[in-house]
Amino acid sequence: MELIFKKIAQLSASLVFVILAATTIVLYLSAKPAIEEFGLKFLIEPRWGVQEKVEPPAIAEQSDLKQLEKSADIQTDDDFIKDEEDFMMDDEDDFIFDDDMESDSNRNKTIYGALVPIVGTVFSTLIAMLFSIPLAIGIAVFLSEIAPSALAKPVGVAIELLASIPSIIYGMWGLFYFGPFIASLFGGNTVSLLVAGLVLGIMVIPFMAALSRDAIATVPDMLKESAYAMGATKLEVIKDVVFPYAKTGIIGSIILSFGRALGETMAVAFVIGGVYQFAEKVTDPTNSIPVVLANSFAESSGLSLSVLFYLALILFVLSFGVIAIAKFYFLRRK
Amino acid sequence: MKNMMEVKGLTFTYSGANEASLVDVTLPVEKNKVTALIGPSGCGKSTLLRGMNRIHDLYPGHTYEGVINLLNTDGKSYTNILDIKKEAELIRLRQRVGMIFQKPTPFPMTIFENIAYGLRLSGIKNKADLKDIVEQSLRDAALWNEAKDRLDHDARGLSGGQQQRLCIARAIALKPEVILFDEPTSALDPISTLAIEEMISVLREKYSICIVTHNMQQAARISDFTGFMYLGEMIEYDQTDTIFMKPSKKQTEDYISGRFG
Repeated sequence: MELIFKKIAQLSASLVFVILAATTIVLYLSAKPAIEEFGLKFLIEPRWGVQEKVEPPAIAEQSDLKQLEKSADIQTDDDFIKDEEDFMMDDEDDFIFDDDMESDSNRNKTIYGALVPIVGTVFSTLIAMLFSIPLAIGIAVFLSEIAPSALAKPVGVAIELLASIPSIIYGMWGLFYFGPFIASLFGGNTVSLLVAGLVLGIMVIPFMAALSRDAIATVPDMLKESAYAMGATKLEVIKDVVFPYAKTGIIGSIILSFGRALGETMAVAFVIGGVYQFAEKVTDPTNSIPVVLANSFAESSGLSLSVLFYLALILFVLSFGVIAIAKFYFLRRK
Repeated sequence: MKNMMEVKGLTFTYSGANEASLVDVTLPVEKNKVTALIGPSGCGKSTLLRGMNRIHDLYPGHTYEGVINLLNTDGKSYTNILDIKKEAELIRLRQRVGMIFQKPTPFPMTIFENIAYGLRLSGIKNKADLKDIVEQSLRDAALWNEAKDRLDHDARGLSGGQQQRLCIARAIALKPEVILFDEPTSALDPISTLAIEEMISVLREKYSICIVTHNMQQAARISDFTGFMYLGEMIEYDQTDTIFMKPSKKQTEDYISGRFG
């Protein structure tokens, strides 16, 4: 019985690694065509879904040019005919135009680049963090150290409830109310990098505040009392004893919130704009990786689908990397 | 010999409690003597101690009645510390009446900073002064030899006994007039306990000490006066020898001979 229990526990634990490995492998295999096509240049390429003329190879250049001239001749001929029949043959005009496009696309390829969504993801998350960290820690300190327990308990429960609101609700609220409000304050669009960052921030505040409060609650009363017994004021006790003691837990809550903001899809999809361009000002719309994924999967196939998997792999590495770095860098001293 | 502190007719009620936890308690703390408080769990000895530097006031709603006098620095008159209302004066009081807790409570900083912390709070900023006082306090707390080479290490890396001596060093660095010990050795091994007890008998030369202890032998070993408390009342207070050799109350005798508690 003991043995079975141990084995089951072991199995559950190893399942985590299996899932992690499987996810990575599937992402990589699906992304492979795109990785081979675009390589690491994908990371710094700002264009997305843009047709680009392929430079013909040097040897085939001349014959290609001839062909081009020929087709141009044919086109001009066609154009003459078209002009003559223009009044009656509108349909044919379209047909010829389509034909033209098709012959062009043989020499073109579609360029995909991840730079816009990567930058959008990173910046919306950074804005969210800048906005939420001071507020969340303020809430946590207030609830655990300052508020009388008659107030701290109901507010604490309310914070935990807020943390459980599905993100799509934040997205709708952001689109219909908060976005216009921010636009009226700072100008610019009702959907923008700034709105996305702030909505993300608001979304993670309860989560971060609840976790930080729990971390602060682990500071022993006796430790705080001994600081008061040395003649410290409340502010000094919080600054010099509570924060350093609860540092690990508070940083942990920030990291978890960071990871959550990085991968957040629904709330951001509503308010970031979803356009493939850099936000020159924070009030410009842009895009983020999860939003691109959610918006594009339905109409993608072949290479464009593989590109999405490449993008997903980047997000995976990004969030994995951030959390790994934070874990080893900040929490290395226990 | 003058009393350093005098608790007179103190009745204390915890916030929200129906009954008082201390009833009409009187206790003198003589200057440069060790006063021990003994009694079974829940008798109110820690509650009394925590009233003497008003650490209770960190949590709102408790009520005091009576008087707790503290000798003024002029050595003649007394101030009733229960009259203190302002936060700044409470802070000053806690620097004059230091406290050591049941468990070692090193702050999450280096050994040096643990001691310098209270000094900085009290306004000493000069680096050389800080260094001198830190060294002297560590010597007084018999920790200097063990700690001098690792003053810049995290204090939480010390052993339990060393941590408790660090807390004592931290308290005496502030040059308090009274030091309150709340079962300072209850979390320590016998050897560390012995080291702390020896230190307390030395500290008595400079400070007035009040110690709460569960351990009757400890009270007998280190104290000059002993108060026996039971159910929130001070049953008997006298010289330690008298309390342990020929107590005048039946309850005291029963407790000391191990018949209850």
